[in-house]
Amino acid sequence: MKRQLKIVVLAKQVPDTRNVGKDAMTPEGTVNRAALPAIFNPEDLNALEAALSLKDKMEDTTVHVLTMGPTRAADILRDAIFRGADGGYLLTDRKFAGSDTLATSYALSCALRKINPDLIVAGRQAIDGDTAQVGPQVAEKLGWPQVTYAEEIVEVKENSLVVKRRLEHGVEVVECPFPMVVTVNGSAAECRPRNARRVMKFKNAMTPSEVAAAPETDAAKMVSSRPYLQIVEWGAADVNPDENQLGLSGSPTKVKKIENVVFQAKESKRLTADDRDIEELMVELIASHTLG
Amino acid sequence: MANFFLDNKDLQFQLGNPELRKIVELKERNFTLKDRYELAPQNFEDAMDNYRRVLEIAGEVCGDVIAPNAEGVDHEGPKVVNDRVVYAPGTAQNIEVVTKAGLGGMTLPYEYNGLNFPLFCFVMANEMVARADAGFENIWGLQDCAETLNEFASEELKKMFLPMVSEGATCAMDLTEPDAGSDLGAVMLKATYDEKSDRWLLNGVKRFITNGDGDIALVLARTEEGTTDARGLSMLVYDKRDGGVKVRRIENKLGIKGSPTCELVFTNAPARLVGDRKMGLIKYVMSLMNAARLGIGAQSVGLCEAAYREALKYANERAQFGKPIIQFAAVSEMLSNMKAKLQGARALLYETTRFVEIYKQYTHISHERSLEAQERQEMKFYNRLADGFTPLVKLFSSEYANQLAYDAIQIHGGSGFMKDYPCERLYRDARIMNIYEGTSQLQVVAAINSITKGTFLEQIRVYEAADYSEAMTPIKTRLVDLRIKLEEMIARVEALDKEKAGYKDFHARRLVETAGHIIITYLLARQAGVSDQYLDSARIFCKLAEAKVTEAYTYVMRSGVEDVDLFKAVEKDEIC
Repeated sequence: MKRQLKIVVLAKQVPDTRNVGKDAMTPEGTVNRAALPAIFNPEDLNALEAALSLKDKMEDTTVHVLTMGPTRAADILRDAIFRGADGGYLLTDRKFAGSDTLATSYALSCALRKINPDLIVAGRQAIDGDTAQVGPQVAEKLGWPQVTYAEEIVEVKENSLVVKRRLEHGVEVVECPFPMVVTVNGSAAECRPRNARRVMKFKNAMTPSEVAAAPETDAAKMVSSRPYLQIVEWGAADVNPDENQLGLSGSPTKVKKIENVVFQAKESKRLTADDRDIEELMVELIASHTLG
Repeated sequence: MANFFLDNKDLQFQLGNPELRKIVELKERNFTLKDRYELAPQNFEDAMDNYRRVLEIAGEVCGDVIAPNAEGVDHEGPKVVNDRVVYAPGTAQNIEVVTKAGLGGMTLPYEYNGLNFPLFCFVMANEMVARADAGFENIWGLQDCAETLNEFASEELKKMFLPMVSEGATCAMDLTEPDAGSDLGAVMLKATYDEKSDRWLLNGVKRFITNGDGDIALVLARTEEGTTDARGLSMLVYDKRDGGVKVRRIENKLGIKGSPTCELVFTNAPARLVGDRKMGLIKYVMSLMNAARLGIGAQSVGLCEAAYREALKYANERAQFGKPIIQFAAVSEMLSNMKAKLQGARALLYETTRFVEIYKQYTHISHERSLEAQERQEMKFYNRLADGFTPLVKLFSSEYANQLAYDAIQIHGGSGFMKDYPCERLYRDARIMNIYEGTSQLQVVAAINSITKGTFLEQIRVYEAADYSEAMTPIKTRLVDLRIKLEEMIARVEALDKEKAGYKDFHARRLVETAGHIIITYLLARQAGVSDQYLDSARIFCKLAEAKVTEAYTYVMRSGVEDVDLFKAVEKDEIC
């Protein structure tokens, strides 16, 4: 059994689209980020748990979280540290602005080459875009094998992992050699809670930008005397990218049109349990492509 | 996605109490600990930030894990397999999650890997856990046993056991036996010193032991051969990994079914002596029981919270005669009274916690350095208040837990009698609260001294002398009248008790409850001066208090010495 793994969890800070109110969308049909709290993407928390449970089993295994986003995305790095991660990397630069999934996975893969882990774990997809593309694209760019829809890491072997995948019609157990990318399903184990002692120890963990924004505060001063409070922050130049593949210029995706779907049913229909009503309902659902 | 801390405005309010600054300064030794311990806060604001963050974690665990597990735990319960307790799956998950959340050793000092939080944080967490699942509160809340070790055990034992609790070990207090329940002086479990191993070997049976298969047990045992009373009892600490204790059975209970109540058989189980021999019951168990009573106070308030919320929700959802039933006066009155009792019990709980805490902190500081004259005086003052208020909060909150659970079912009507709603579980869970850790009747025995020695009256006068908002002035006037009634009652009872022994005992509960009603109303009136959210409850509780005090007053003033024998006549009834 491999005694020690270097794991990186990919995480994203997303607007909480699970409890949307009437202000969730702007009149233009884009997500109104100001109205929705920024949260740790739920399936990335499942990914973090998968990584931390490997760390529980193998001492000296390290778990770091990598996220790309604005300065405030450091919040989810702290959250991950509170839950047990050893540290975090924030990838932040104006040059990344406007990235689609291709440019995002390119930037992440540049950072990952620099970190050079044995295992990358990511959530299946983020609740804002729902593409499920970034994990697989990162694997492609690194040229690593990938296991998607993972529900449980069943066994750790010397040079491979045995992983249970949750598929549409059942489960599949596969074995994959290191290094690899695993994307984790929402049906996997829920993430452990934040730990009281870790919260107290790491609550002032900060990125250099955060320290620079308020250098005179007690918290910022503490960061210099306690090095474990420093969160790594990388700009584009730190990860040696081909700049053409970053941000808008590296993003072939063009949004043609966004439609604001509004539920418009105005009346209810009462059906009885007899065969005729049920058949009528089935025909209607198939016709509207709700079923089939 | 529920958070039992963030969704509770009353808890947030209690965290704003101005007296907390003094408590936090005492607990953090004026913030001198920060140079030695990386977890220690820099100042008061930093400390409060720590408490809020950790209580938020506790609130999340309660809302997202413990509460959703409660129904399954209630149905499945623990089992005994091969002489060991196997928790219900939900309980096992709860333990795993609270351990990962690092909620063990909340009040223990940093040097034993504790969080060094003040008692009020532990009480709040306790309350939230109980709201989620009262039975699980027993298992989690028993970490309080470690405080007794922290206070009385040797440094060697503290180093051995306290870090275990900080890492999530569960505890038990092995006190009662088949023939020693309320009368703990009759405990017979035998402890024999074994020179070779330098341990005490325990032999005998313990019964009704909550979480009896916990990792660490504090055991009350007879170390002095040939004795039969409290003076022959000592306190010992037992590590489950040392073996020698079997779980013979667990009780099938009415409520708190997830909490295993064990019968234990000790066969040469090795244990270590805590503190001094012969002080087991006289000193250590008394301290343990006081802490446990405050714990039941928190558990009861948590149950009141759950019952009130269930009732309020149903009363809004359920429509009859074309409108939600909350719009019927009979229902809204019940709910208003429930809310006033909930908030009143909570106000008393945190007032008591502050008294206990200041006294306890001075005790700990006195072990580090000698106290100054003024500090010694304060310690004595708060010790007296803690001794009086602890049984008072246990008495009131556990009775209220039962009343609120009863009313919650009543508001649910027929549906509440079915197993379909949580209120039936709350009703069963509440029933033990005014029984264990001393029945309500025994709380009165513990509190009556504070009536006769004047502690309650003195404190009532302190409340009376304080400033109240204009809105609360009429309440204060009425409370002064009630205080005069209490003084009349006490005077009469003390006079007639000299004529007839037993007269004071006969009226003890009426006196203690009268003091309690006055005190709780003052606390709510004080809170109403700070926040409008307590205006209604203060007014409503005052009405309840007035009615209750008047009832007790009438009873006492019309009661002559002959009543003592009148109520003894039943002893002669034949049992057939």
